[in-house]
Order: sequence, then structure tokens, then C-alpha cells
Amino acid sequence: MMAMTVEFGHYALVLALVLSLVQSCLPIYGALKGDRRLMAVAGPVSGMLFLLVGLSFAALTSAYLSSDFSVQNVYENSHSLKPLIYKITGVWGNHEGSMLLWVLILVFFAALVSAFGRSIPDTLRAASLGVQGWVSAAFLLFILATSNPFLRLQPAPAEGQDLNPILQDIGLAIHPPLLYLGYVGFSITFSFAVAALILGRIDAAWARWVRPWALLAWLFLTLGIAMGSYWAYYELGWGGWWFWDPVENASFMPWLAGTALLHSALVMEKRNALKVWTILLAILTFSLSLLGTFLVRSGVLTSVHAFATDPARGVFILAILCVFIGGSLTLYAWRAPMLKQGGLFAPVSREGALVLNNLLLTAACAAVFVGTLYPLALEAIANEKISVGPPFFNLTFGPLMIPLLIAVPFGPYLSWKRGDLLAVAQRLWAAFGIAIIAMLAAAWLSGAERILAAPAVGLAVWVIAGSISEILSRARFRDVGIGTGISRLAGLPRSAWGTALGHMGLGITALGIVVTSAFEVEAIRSVQPEDRFELSGYEVVFRGVAPRRGANFTEDVAHFDIYSGGAKVTELEPTKRLYTARQMPTTESAIATFGFSQLYISIGEVREDGGVDLRAYHKPLITLIWLGTLVMAAGGAVSLSDRRLRVGAPKRARQQPSPAE
Amino acid sequence: MGIRIPALLLGALLAVFTASDLRAVEPDEVLDDPKLEERARELSSELRCMVCQNQSIDDSDAPLAKDLRILVRERLKAGDSDQQVLNYLVDRYGEFVLLKPRFALHTLFLWGVPPLVLLGGGLAIFLAWKRRKRDSGGEAKQAPLSADEERELKRILDDSAP
Repeated sequence: MMAMTVEFGHYALVLALVLSLVQSCLPIYGALKGDRRLMAVAGPVSGMLFLLVGLSFAALTSAYLSSDFSVQNVYENSHSLKPLIYKITGVWGNHEGSMLLWVLILVFFAALVSAFGRSIPDTLRAASLGVQGWVSAAFLLFILATSNPFLRLQPAPAEGQDLNPILQDIGLAIHPPLLYLGYVGFSITFSFAVAALILGRIDAAWARWVRPWALLAWLFLTLGIAMGSYWAYYELGWGGWWFWDPVENASFMPWLAGTALLHSALVMEKRNALKVWTILLAILTFSLSLLGTFLVRSGVLTSVHAFATDPARGVFILAILCVFIGGSLTLYAWRAPMLKQGGLFAPVSREGALVLNNLLLTAACAAVFVGTLYPLALEAIANEKISVGPPFFNLTFGPLMIPLLIAVPFGPYLSWKRGDLLAVAQRLWAAFGIAIIAMLAAAWLSGAERILAAPAVGLAVWVIAGSISEILSRARFRDVGIGTGISRLAGLPRSAWGTALGHMGLGITALGIVVTSAFEVEAIRSVQPEDRFELSGYEVVFRGVAPRRGANFTEDVAHFDIYSGGAKVTELEPTKRLYTARQMPTTESAIATFGFSQLYISIGEVREDGGVDLRAYHKPLITLIWLGTLVMAAGGAVSLSDRRLRVGAPKRARQQPSPAE
Repeated sequence: MGIRIPALLLGALLAVFTASDLRAVEPDEVLDDPKLEERARELSSELRCMVCQNQSIDDSDAPLAKDLRILVRERLKAGDSDQQVLNYLVDRYGEFVLLKPRFALHTLFLWGVPPLVLLGGGLAIFLAWKRRKRDSGGEAKQAPLSADEERELKRILDDSAP
């Protein structure tokens, strides 16, 4: 029986393709014709699709767990001695398996919508699930035609080739699933947008139904990107946390567009304005996800993520990309002009601030887009090779963040329709004062050489202080006293807390980036046993190297004792590993966290005489980079729990009491 | 902003391609003059390791990257300015070596897009706002709901009732 599991998974996948074709046609036809029975097909079919793809995924997982090397995918990416967790995560640590995870999440979101989207009108829900069916069908066909994980080998090899050692990390268990939940989650907003265009009905209510899904996808994407960044930071051994690598950019672009979407959908929901733009953003966000999938999966960029070397895959995904992006944009060009614009607003208003947010995020996204694709295009068209690296992005993306960060604290203070900038500025004086103090402190610490660090620190603190000041001002402590103020705080709508947390998280991340970039201390040296050196107030003592053996690797472990003020505070053990199956070396850095700062050591060559070359860093406040993203995601989660979003908003949000309005 | 983001590439890591491992800047390469060394590091982070995947020579462990790092340091010791060092390397290895492409005809689009989107978007927003302000009689702050909007609102409210 066990031997049949893989065939069963294969069969389930084929069945899923057929069902997804059913889902592609019937509900949309029903929605257009007003046939309730056809529309009702969408729900059960979505559930079945999720079940089938889930079973298929489970079948592949079981092949990994039992180290069934007669399956080519398992043979190429697993090893009988691999620790259990990596046997599980190895399922998506390769091209075929990760595409299966991609589709699993795609059908998961469709099932979620059919299960929890009760407040959405039947026609819109049915049509959206139908569009989701198109995407599912395209990718299921892609898997079955070019990336089938269920192919068998005859005869079966006795041992597997093991998983790429760099992927043998807990990061693989967390990063891809989170990232895909975000990336693929935006398929729902895409499907809603396309369905609304097909049905020809787009109003403020659309934004209210779509916003929770955008928020959900956004929060997973935020966490996924942050996790990937931390993984690269500790695994790669260079102490960098963001590299402007095309693969990172591929996930960052949907994040930027998705963040813009969250903000513009707010205007659409509350004021019935920006409809045309919001629909376009919903289409663009998922288009960028598709583009990212193409970049990563096609092998266009050769990197650790690009497992695919088969050009058929690249062409297939490119075709999917063209059909979906081209098709949806054509539909948009045809239908969008029929949309009537809603609520008017003055330039200085909440809407105006959100438009500014969208303008800056869009320009930033365009900078990342052109920087990522231009070298590929230039090589394809003119056969000229150029490189676009971090210095380009720092010059183009960086400056756009300055006005954005300056503007963030103003946004939530401004009233809808027409705001009073001067009044808002007066209410932000405390935040401004705190930012100035932070700036002076940074200037004093940094000295003349890194004088640019001071305004950057001030800017980050400004965003944090601004968000705190905004939430406190809603309590009106001065008018109502401490007790009532606190109960007012507790009674604030969750979405207000969500906004404040989201913005605060952004400021925290910015602070981490600025401080660690400006005040990082690096030491590159060779050391002999019992050598000691000073690093940012810590004394690092090298005790020597000893060999150690792991489950599927051997390693040289360098031992360091860290002293502060004469007392030993911790020990660090960076290692150099050799994974035996692939004979592939990796570097495992060692990190000690003190408060929000970290000490980071990674070693290079271990010499015959027992000495090592090392790179050691003191990275002040670096953990704020990732803690900030956690706060941002928490803001998303709090917003999501807002009653008005959860139950499909029976009341108009405009009636909500809020001191800013 | 004084932010210098290390110029490495996730992909680059691929020790798969360079069966050796992390070394990047090695202790024996470091110049005695800290000012000169700092300039060398800044320059290295703007130069691509051409046999790696999107990695600067500052971060790469490939032998070619080491050669380039030493070359950069030799040029600096010989008294070259930063620009002269870059020119020297571009002459030898082509523009591919620069992680920040030069502004020229073939990179016009690359450098032009971000400011163009910003300015074009800003202009479009301004024009749309002016047009709508004119259409509504110049009164942006207190436009009452039109009959259409009233209907729209009613429909939305009815929609979400059940």
C-alpha cells in the first residue's frame, strides 16, 4: 500500500487540475447569468481543490519521510541521514516541491474565501473564486507538465543526494511558507479585482471586503521577508541583512505595491475615491508576485533560489505571466473608464496623505523594478552586460524613503476631506522635540565623520514618536484625566491601534537600519589560540579550534570567550562545516545578543597551526530591524481583528468616533 | 542618508559555484593606512565580482575578487583617486564591473524611471485634482452627495445588511 502513496498524490494532483477547470468556468458563468446553482459550485469545489492538493502535498511529504529514493525529487534533495525536520522542510526546498506549496497556498486562500467570505455578495464571491480557479489551473498545469515532483526512478538509488546544505536550517521551515502565504495571498485581491471588473460593479464596499484579505497577505509577506532577511544574516556569514539581490527584490516589490494597496483601499472604503487606482494596484500587486515567481523559478537569475535550469519551465511561467498580467490589464483598460470617481478631497487631508504614500511607494517600487529587470532587458535586447547593485538602489530607493518617513506621522492626524496641516503640526510638537533630541544625541555620538547618521536617526525616532503621540492624543488625557483616558485607549477601534503599531514598526525598523549601518564596528584579523582583541567595548578571546561531528556533517568549531568589564559574559562558537553527502562546506556564524545589539563572529580558513581568519562585528540595535517588522505585522493582525473588518462591516466606518475627525 | 548597505548577494552565496568558502577580505590584504583602507573598502563594495552571482568583490571569496581587491589597493597606494581606480577597472573589465552603472545613453531609462514615475505621478495627481475641482465648481471641501452617489451609498448599505 505504502508504495502507492506517490501515485495517489500524482493522481490527486491531476484530479485537482480537472476540478480547477470546473472552478474556472461554472461559477463565473453563473455569476454573469445570475444562476445561483452554478455560483454555488464555487464553494464545495474550492474545498475539494484544497483537499486534493493537500493530499498530494501529504503524499510527497510521506515520500520524503520514508526516504523513498525511487522518487526522483526525493533522491535529488534528500538523504536518509538527514534530520527529520529537514526531511519535512526539504519537501519545498526544491523547485518542484516549492511550486506544489505555491499551489497549495493558492487553493488554501480560495478555500478560506469560500469558508469565511459569507458577507461578500454571492456573485462577487463566485466570480472571484472562478478567477482564482484560472490561476490554480495554470499553475497545476505548469507543475504537471514541467515540474512534476512525483516522477519515479528505475532502478531506485540506494541513497539520496542530500539537500543543499545552505537550506538545511530552521529558516527553511519558516521563510518559504510565510513568504508564499504573502506572495500568493495577494492572488485573492487580484481575483477580487478581476471579478469586479468582469461584473462591472466596483464600489466602496468592494474595498471593505477586500481589505482584510490584503491585510492578511501583507502581514504574512512582511514576516516572510523579515525572516528571509534574518536567515541570510546569520547563515551567509557576511553580516549583511539585505543585499538588493534580485530574489529579494522579487518579494519586496509585491510588498511595496501591497503596502500601497492597503492604504489606497482605505480611501476607497471610507471615501469611495481612488477606485480606479486601487483596482489597478490590486492587479499590479499580484502581477509582481507572478513576476517574482517567474524571476525565481525560471532560472533567469541564477541563484540559490533558482533550482530550475530547464528552459521549458521559464517559457511556461512567462506564458502564464503574459496571459494573466496582459489579460487583466486589458480588462482593466476596457472597464476602468466606466468607473465613476467618488468623494472629493482637498490636497491637505487624510486622503491627500494616503495619495502621497501611494505616490512614493509606487516610485520606490518602480526603482526596484527597473533596477532588477533592466540588466536582464539590456542583455536580451542590446547584448550589453551591466550590473545594478546596492549602490544604485541606495541612490534611487533611499531618497524616496525620506519624504515618506517625514510624512508618516502626519497621515493619521489629518482629517478626511480637508485637514489642517498647521494644527496637526502643533499636535506633533512633542514627537518633533523627541526626534530633535535623538538627532542631537546621535550627532554627539557619531562625530563629524558620520554626520549624516544624525538626521537619519532623528527621522526614525520621529516616526516612532509620532505614532505613539497619535495614539495618546486619541485618549485625550489632558481633557479627560488619566482614568478615562486609559479606558478611552482601550475603547479605541482596533484599526486605530493597527495603524499606530504599523507605523511604529516602520520607525523601529528604520532606526535599526540607520543605527547599525552608521555605528557598526568590524574587525578582520587572523588569530592564534589565546589571542585577544577589543571590539566595541567587548574583549574577545580565541580559545582554539576543535572538531565536531553532526548528523550529516563534520565541522571545525572555533571557541571564543567574550568578556565585558573583566567578566565573561558569553561564549561564541562559529564553525566551518563540511556536509559529507555533497562535500560542500558552509560557514555557520555565531551571534550573541546584548539588549538590541549583537556581536557577530564568523570564521574563514582554519590553518594548520590552529589559527583562524575571522570577521567579527558589533552591530548596534540591529535586532530592531526585525523586531520592527514584527511590530508591523502585529499592527496588521490587530487591524484584522477589528470587528468592522471581521464581520464585513455592517456599519459605515465613517460613523466611528475619533478625535481626529 | 548615510546608510551603507553591504553589497552582497544572497544568490552569490552559492558556494555551489565556488567550492571554497567565506573569506572575503582577508587579514593579509588589509592596508596599514586606515584612511586608504577605508577608501579601498568603499570602492570594493561598488565593484562586482565578475565570476560570482551579483556579489561585490568586498564580500566575495573568489580568487578573482581577491586579485581585484589587491589591485584596487595597489592603485590607491600608487596615488590614484577613487574615480581613477574605477576608470582603470572599467578599461580592463568593462562596465559590467560597476555595481552602480554610469549615467549614459544606454542607462538613461534605468536612471530615468524612478524620478520619472515620481514626477509623472505627481503631475497626474495634480491634474486629476484640478480637473475634478473644476468639474465640481471649485468647491472641494463641501461637495454634497450627488443623486448618483446617494443611490450608490444606499446600494452599498443595502448590500451589507444581510
